[in-house]
Formats: sequence, C-alpha cells, structure tokens
Amino acid sequence: MKFISEYRDAELGKKLIARIQQRSTKPARLMEFCGGHTVSIAKHGLRQLLPPTITMLSGPGCPVCVTASADLDKAIALAKLPDVIITTFGDMIKVPASRSSLQQVKAEGGDVRIVYSTLDALKIAQSNPSKSVVFIGVGFETTAPTIAASVLQAEQQGIDNYYVLSLHKLCPPVVKALLDSGEVKIDGIVCPGHVSVIIGSHPYEFIPRDYGIACVISGFEPLDILQCVDMLVDQIENGQPKVEIAYRRGVKPEGNRIALELMDKVFEVCDGNWRGIGVVPGSGLRLRKEYQRYDAEHNFEIRPGEPIEPKGCICGDILRAVKTPLECKLFRKVCNPEHPVGPCMVSSEGSCAAYYQYGEGYGG
Amino acid sequence: MEDKILLAHGSGGKLSHDLVAQNFVPLFDNAFLNKLDDSAVFELEGRLAFTTDSYVVNPIFFPGGDIGKLAVCGTVNDLSMSGAVPKYLSIALIIEEGLLMSDLRRIMASIKKAATEAGVKIVTGDTKVVNRGSADKLFINSAGVGVIPSSVDISGSNARVGDKVILSGSIGDHGIAVISQREGLQFSSSVKSDCAPLNKLVAEMLNSGVDIRCLRDPTRGGLASTLNEFAESSKVGIRIEEQDIPVHEVVQAACELLGFDPLYVANEGKLVAVVAANGAEKVVEAMRRNKYGKEAAIIGEVVSEHTGRVILKTRMGASRIVDMLVGEQLPRIC
Amino acid sequence: MCLAIPAKVKSIDGVEAEVEVGGVSRKASIMLTPEARVGDYVLLHTGYAINVIDEEEAQETLKIFREMAEAEAKDSSN
Repeated sequence: MKFISEYRDAELGKKLIARIQQRSTKPARLMEFCGGHTVSIAKHGLRQLLPPTITMLSGPGCPVCVTASADLDKAIALAKLPDVIITTFGDMIKVPASRSSLQQVKAEGGDVRIVYSTLDALKIAQSNPSKSVVFIGVGFETTAPTIAASVLQAEQQGIDNYYVLSLHKLCPPVVKALLDSGEVKIDGIVCPGHVSVIIGSHPYEFIPRDYGIACVISGFEPLDILQCVDMLVDQIENGQPKVEIAYRRGVKPEGNRIALELMDKVFEVCDGNWRGIGVVPGSGLRLRKEYQRYDAEHNFEIRPGEPIEPKGCICGDILRAVKTPLECKLFRKVCNPEHPVGPCMVSSEGSCAAYYQYGEGYGG
Repeated sequence: MEDKILLAHGSGGKLSHDLVAQNFVPLFDNAFLNKLDDSAVFELEGRLAFTTDSYVVNPIFFPGGDIGKLAVCGTVNDLSMSGAVPKYLSIALIIEEGLLMSDLRRIMASIKKAATEAGVKIVTGDTKVVNRGSADKLFINSAGVGVIPSSVDISGSNARVGDKVILSGSIGDHGIAVISQREGLQFSSSVKSDCAPLNKLVAEMLNSGVDIRCLRDPTRGGLASTLNEFAESSKVGIRIEEQDIPVHEVVQAACELLGFDPLYVANEGKLVAVVAANGAEKVVEAMRRNKYGKEAAIIGEVVSEHTGRVILKTRMGASRIVDMLVGEQLPRIC
Repeated sequence: MCLAIPAKVKSIDGVEAEVEVGGVSRKASIMLTPEARVGDYVLLHTGYAINVIDEEEAQETLKIFREMAEAEAKDSSN
C-alpha cells in the first residue's frame, strides 16, 4: 500500500534503531499522547528495540479513555430515550460509564449503531425520518472538523433529525495542564500526527519555549516513530528544544486552514472534563448557538444521574503517565478486556489494553 | 408457490410438507432423505466424529458465499479437523416469517452445491418459521457425522516442542468480505469470503504420511485465537513470524481502514496445522497441489518457552505477545 | 488517536469523492480538502479526506531514511 508499506521496511528500521542506540547518551523520557502512537509502538514492539536511555511514556492520548463518566452517562441516557437512534464510532461502545455502557443499552433493546463515519449517520437520519439520530461526537482535533462538516451538510440538505452530542477535546491545553502539574518529568514529546495535520505545528511552540521540552510531530508507521525518536534524541543531546515536523508528508506548519475554519464555524471552545484529570479550561468544544438545533444537549431532556467512578481504578494516574498499568492492582486480575473496569482497558488505544494485548511487561 | 415464507410453512401442515417434499427432497435427492422418515438410518464402522454448529451470519448473502454454503463448509470442516472423512449432514432451518422464497431457494442451492463438492449427503432436516422479528432472516443449524481412519490421532493437545506450524493460505478474507456489506461500514472491494470445504485438502495432508499433530480452522477469533488454543491445550509455546503470514493486500487495506488486526479476523476456508518438523515441507507441497492450499506456508514453530503463550516476531525484529481475541473486533477511529 | 489511511482519489463529484486504498474503495467527503484532484493521495479519516499528501515530502522522507541507513552502515563497519 502506497505511503504505508514503505514506512514499515524492516531493514531501514534496523538501521534507524542502530543509529538511535549510538547517539542516545543522555536519559530521555519521551511521552506520546496519541493513542495511535501507543498502539503502533506496542504492536511493532518498538519499546524493546530502543536503548535503555530512552523511556517511552503514554499520556492522555486516547479520546475514548479521557471521556468523563459524567459525559458518557449523557450518551447512555440519550440511548434510553424512545425513538432515538444512537450512532457512534466503534471505540465507544464497550466503555463502562457510571452504571452501564452503550453495548449494554443495545443488549437491553436500545437502538445503538456503530458507524465508520458521520456520513453514515446522516444516511441513517435520512432513512429514518420519524426518529432522532444522535451522533456521539468523540475525538480530538482530527475528528472534530469532520463532525462540524456533518452538521453543515445536515443544514445544507435539510436533515432536521440529526443531532450531535459533543464530547470533543483539544490537545494542546491538556498538555499544558499536565506539564503545569509537574507530576511527570518529560524530556521530549512525540506529538500527535493527525491532530497536527489539522492544527499544524504552531500550537506546540509554547512547549519548548516555556518548558524546555523537545517536540517532534510524528507519523504512525514504525519508521515514522523511529525517525521522530531520532530527532528528539538529537534535540535532547544538543540541549536545543524546538518544534519539528517529522511527519512532513502529512503536516504543514499552518495545518489545514479550511478544516480549522469549519471547526470554528460550528464549534466554540469551552471547558473540557477529562477523566482522571478533571476540568481543564478551554479544552473542550461545544456547538455554537447558531447550530443549537443540532445540539443533542439542547434538544433532549438528558438525565444522566450522579457520576460514579469505579473503585480501585487508577486510569487517571495512567492517563497522566504517573503510573503504568503494571502498577495497577486491578490490572489483569480484575480488569481485563473481557471485564474492563476503566476506559484504559476498553479502548483499543488505551494504555492498559495495549499492555495487556501486546504484553508490554513481556521482555521479548 | 408463495413468494414469501409464511408461518404456515413451518407448522407441519400441507404448506410445510410441500415445501420440503417439492423443494428440498428433490434438490438433495438421496435415499435417506427421500424416505422422509423422522430419522435418517445408516450404518458406519469405526471411530466416529460428530459435530454441530449454528450459523447466524449477517448479512446472509456476502461476496464469495452465503449462509447456506457456510453451514455445509463449517460443519464439514469441523469434522475434517478431527481427521474424519465427513459423510452425513443434517440441516435445520429457523426462518423469519417474510423471507423471500427466492432467497431461500438460492440458499438451498448453495447448500446443495457445497455438499456435492465436499462429497457429503444431507440426510435429514427440519424447518421452523418464527414471527417477524424473532430471527434475523434465517438461522441454520447443521450437525455432521464422519469416520476417523484408525491411523489418525489429531488433537489440539498433541503439539510437541520442535513441531512446525503451517497455515493453508491467506487470512482475513471471510471476515472482511462479510463486514464490507454491513450497514454503516460499507465499502467495495474485490475481497471474497474464502468459505470452502477442506476435507479433500486434509485427506491429501494425511496421505503424505507425515505425522499431523493438530488441525483447526481459524474461524471466529482468527488465527491468533486458534494458536492460543493449541498453546494452552498442548502446554507449549508457539512462535510465529509476521512476515511469513500470508495476507492479501486488499484485506490488509480493509483492516487498516477499519482498525482491525488480520490475526483476529474470521476465516472459513483455511486451516492451521501443527506437524512433525521433518515432514513440514512435504506437507506444504502436498497442500499446494490442492486448490484450497495454494498459498500454504510454514509460519512458525512450537517451542518450550512461554508455555501457553503465542509470540509474534514483528517485521521490525521485536517480539510481542499475540493474545486471544476477547469479545469482538470493532471498527475504530483511534 | 486518529486512524487515517492514505487513499488515492479516483473520481470527484462535487464534495464527494471515490477513494481507493490497496483495492478497497469507499465514498469520501472532500469538504475539508476542496483542493484535492483526481490522482492525488489523501489521508482518509472517518470518511473524510483531512489533507492531501505531499508526495514530494514523502519521497524526501524516504530519502532521508535511506541516507541515515547508509551512514549507519558506514559507521558500523568502521
């Protein structure tokens, strides 16, 4: 496959690894906060191949994992309403909320459908004019513009039974919140690849400037990630932190201007509620007043009940990279993909799921 | 003949009788079924293998097959994986009221075609019709019986350290073909289900004279789950090489699109074998001579370390655990 | 986050495009990338093209990898 296979070349990979091993002398704690990176690193076993000077940490990069129980409870409350069809990305369906999950509501008779795209949700709305189709909007800046586009399309095509529950989050504010908390020492950040396709590289400039931390925007294939680590090592060895783009075929410094405009047209910034972190100011998105008619929160009576956080679950600490899944008392014994307690285990991109699936504690 | 299935077709009265006598019996045409007795009566000698499976696939028609073909191949294959020569199958239908007669006929024709290819007879059956909404168009249960030659001893617990692991061909085709038709996820591609009867392939493998320790078809849960089952039952470790596992490019592309891992996608026309190391090449050659084994390859070996676990060596040279599938793979955006 | 896969644009009809990756075809929206043309490669995320892949940069990146690999090979043989 073009633009994929070439970046999985094993021979080039081995050489890149050798180069990193040779050049990395200072300890480098590198955090990635994009679930796609978490999975790719685990799937290709990259942690094992890097020298002991480099520690790879996983931050709050999984938009599913960081969805607060209180927010997911809203989705569940909506799913229980009569004549409502819930459309959602597959990632959300098994995540445990305070008392239930979308999958459970489906089993109990709720109309919950997995879609690949909001385009499919719009089609479902058109085919079911007597029902209300609510799309559960989860995701960072990569996905929010696509949901914005769907709202505009609904407006253009006169689809009046399509609604969005916006649980979208923004990346740069949470990175700042994490760095401000001082909980974890980080030397470099593997910046998210596809979020950056949309927002560009400028939003990360505060990181090297105010915190002295190296930043490189990375693609997802093994060679991309190795190239990114190599560039981070370079910055760290030379003591010259800055923002660089490794993923040059995808990311321009100014991002995707049209996507940003569409996002800004439909959404406005608000506070975001992050599981395990709490409220982070200016890190969420909600539909603007002009688009209220598509806002699920505005059009339905949602009674989610009091949020309950599962006992003993340390997903919060894991999301902030303060602890690893191996340090969680519930990991594997009580909390596993079959019976997940917290979202880090359910989401295919969650740290715990990755550790469990690919055996991060296993030393090849 | 009505153009839709009615409740009366399952109630045992005239409509029921005519459906069976005028459609199914002439189609399957064998001495056992033609009698239309309550049971098929036959004699078989030797060790018998007996299996049953229910088929609930949605949609019921998909590229490369349908629920009828699946019902025959799935049961034939279960028997074959024990080393049995499949002989007789039962087909029990649970039909949702309103199913088009033309769809039912198409599926029955598929069953006939698959049974003929596999060389098995449909000797008994049942037809029930349930209210609209009580079944998803059509469910099929198929049970089968076969005879195991005396020299054959195949079981998931027979794997020994040093054995080689063989895969009969590319993985992921069936699962991807089916999901490409589901609402909300549609995409078009050339992917066809690999649904096929493997009894003749197995016969040729056994004829090679090499010691075949384990056989299984990696259906739900995919290759990963099957290998984990062997590792656990035999109390051994299994190591496989990522670059040796055949995956068609288009299947890989669909998996990338949906966020699936081909190791966990269902197959309906493939088998995994664990065989004695010194005969592995010979078995692969024998498999490649059969139309369903053309891409057969050795993908790994049985080891004494990490008993109960399957380890994959990635293209990058690292090793990682391949766990069993838990729940269902779901399309993801992350 | 963000499963996005490089796909080739086969045809365009207004804001709708037919894209193809490794033999799999799907309809996609180019609302976020109206500059996309037939023959371009786009990054496909949840049915939308989120950018047009810069093929020159892609080749440049591969060139960098190969140069790094050669330099490494030279270093290790010294």
